[in-house]
Amino acid sequence: MASGAFAEAGADLELVGIQKRFPGFTAIEHLDLSIPAGSFFALLGPSGCGKTTTLRLVAGLEEPTAGSILIGGADVTQQKAFQRPVNTVFQSYALFPHMTVLENVAFGLRRRKIADPVGKAHEALRLVELDHLAARKPQQLSGGQQQRVALARAIVNKPALLLLDEPLGALDLKLRRQMQLELKTIQEEVGLTFLHVTHDQEEAMTMADTIAVMNKGRIEQMGAPEPALRELPKTAFVANFLGQSNLFTGPVVGSTSTSITVDIAGHRVLVPADRAHRHAGEVTIGVRPEKMWLHRKAPVEAADRNVMGPGRVIDVSFSGVSTQYLVAVPYIGTLIVFAQNMAFGPVADVGDEVWLDWHVEHGFGLEDEPVPGAGPRFAADTDTRSIAAQRRESLVTELEEA
Amino acid sequence: MAFAAFSSTTAQADPAPRRRSRVALLLLLPGILYLVLFFLTPLVSLLITSFQAPAEFGDIGQYTYAFNWQNYVDVVTDYWPHIVRSFVFALAATVLALLFSYPLAYFIGVTARRWPLLQSLMLVLVIAPFFISFLLRTLAWKQLLSDESFVVTSLKAVSLLAPDAHLTGTPIAVIFGLTYNFIPFMTLPLYTTLERLDLRYLEAASDLYAHPFEVFRKVTIPLSMPGIVAGTLLTFIPAAGDYVNASRDFLGGPDSQMIGNVIEANFLVLLNYPAAAALSIILMSVILVIVGIYVKRAGTEELL
Repeated sequence: MASGAFAEAGADLELVGIQKRFPGFTAIEHLDLSIPAGSFFALLGPSGCGKTTTLRLVAGLEEPTAGSILIGGADVTQQKAFQRPVNTVFQSYALFPHMTVLENVAFGLRRRKIADPVGKAHEALRLVELDHLAARKPQQLSGGQQQRVALARAIVNKPALLLLDEPLGALDLKLRRQMQLELKTIQEEVGLTFLHVTHDQEEAMTMADTIAVMNKGRIEQMGAPEPALRELPKTAFVANFLGQSNLFTGPVVGSTSTSITVDIAGHRVLVPADRAHRHAGEVTIGVRPEKMWLHRKAPVEAADRNVMGPGRVIDVSFSGVSTQYLVAVPYIGTLIVFAQNMAFGPVADVGDEVWLDWHVEHGFGLEDEPVPGAGPRFAADTDTRSIAAQRRESLVTELEEA
Repeated sequence: MAFAAFSSTTAQADPAPRRRSRVALLLLLPGILYLVLFFLTPLVSLLITSFQAPAEFGDIGQYTYAFNWQNYVDVVTDYWPHIVRSFVFALAATVLALLFSYPLAYFIGVTARRWPLLQSLMLVLVIAPFFISFLLRTLAWKQLLSDESFVVTSLKAVSLLAPDAHLTGTPIAVIFGLTYNFIPFMTLPLYTTLERLDLRYLEAASDLYAHPFEVFRKVTIPLSMPGIVAGTLLTFIPAAGDYVNASRDFLGGPDSQMIGNVIEANFLVLLNYPAAAALSIILMSVILVIVGIYVKRAGTEELL
């Protein structure tokens, strides 16, 4: 980065064919990603999915095994971290303990020999409302204050691209909300490009313009948080990672211009054609638990509703606003239903015989090839190989950070 | 840490109940007794000796109690070159030991973190010299640096040393010996701080546009300050009072005598106890003042 000058505005980021291998395992299989300038982009995934590695590659703290990284059209793959117009808010904050808050914030400005580093650092601290603590040492601040200092230390440099590595992970709920709002405000004021890495789907949903869901070193689906990701998940992983889903697999037995009919263990289930990614052969369809209704008696057949049952309630658990029922339906498996805790409506106990139904327009069809031999419902993604890979990556990052 | 006693901040303990403080006092008693017996008493005795005057009709080595402060003036006028030389040699040895030890400690504590076996092996190698007597090792260096040795003949062959020059008996040999003998005392405290160094700070610095040398100067060095302070103190203090390396029996010569040698000679050869005691007191006070200023200036309180 040339000294003495700020980036004019946020720059777009492009990752082309990125692959990253550590000795013994692959963190990122193959990644193509393009983030337009000025957007708030979230990489969402479980721990060990390769999202932090992606961030470190962009920051220049790791070198990709293959592929190239372009920031604002310029290839920065060969550049070291200190040469890239990128700043990071680290998960651990990494505030220098031997410097005051003010010196921490002015650090990047001094390195680039930008005029009036102290004045600009004060300005950045005012933005995060911490200017009155400028003379303190970082360890004298609370976790939330340290987080804001870390943010100020990054944005004071007006980087073309700001990387956020689960920066809100250590905060309590109220402070999180406050910081989320603050981040969003700053992004709109300063106009930077944000790349936010998180495992918290709610955080990603509320803050990002675009979300990429990552799993096992690949991007499973990318799109706006609503409706694309939540309403129309493409894969079983996305359907279950962003909230829970009831998934069924069966052959398409009929289709019209508006909907397809799928045979699920003898039940005919309709899915709107524009909400299904595939229209023929074996398909996997799903519905969100909160979109399902629970009935004590067999509901009247209707053209716009799919019915399943009878089944038996095997578990009931209350959670504040709703009640979660687990219903075992013969030949189909266990389904999850969320019911609002209202005074009226069917309330079932464990062992009761119940029927389930949902509006046809609430169903969705996945793009995934159904896994041969698997049951009608998708198993959770906890096979030994993926657990082993996740363990391994967390160990490697821990070792590197230690 | 060894220098916690010099720290200006004293921990504010909650006033404990009386009964418990009595138990604490009881437990401290053996330590206090030990210090009174083996530290305070000799110190007072040394102070008294340093003011003694020669007995009027006595033999050599017989002194009477007096308040003869002239002893201090005499030893300073007689031995000021030795005092200055001691601190110059100790300083040179400390700086050299730091220059050698820092990369070594960094390698063991940071680079070798991924290979714990290598780390332990290198630590053992740092400590290994302690298994052989300090005197024997220094004597071995006398052989290695003697006029017929490979080192001297090679240096002469490439004209780095004049044909009639020596290494033993010169200040170079003494500083070399001091550096060699105190390197482990520098390396180990440096290693303990660098071993705990959080590399995420270094990553953060390079993310904030600091190139590798700036990362080292602005982040690595300040964060390893506790180790640097401890190591330099553990090297400087004993090196300033050392009398083995500079001794004529080892690596020193007539022009490289240090204050330790003078004290030794006055105590054991010349039997001038007041002079030796006065020199000891001077050495101790000067070291205390230097260390006090150094620790204050280093400002490592919040890193401890």
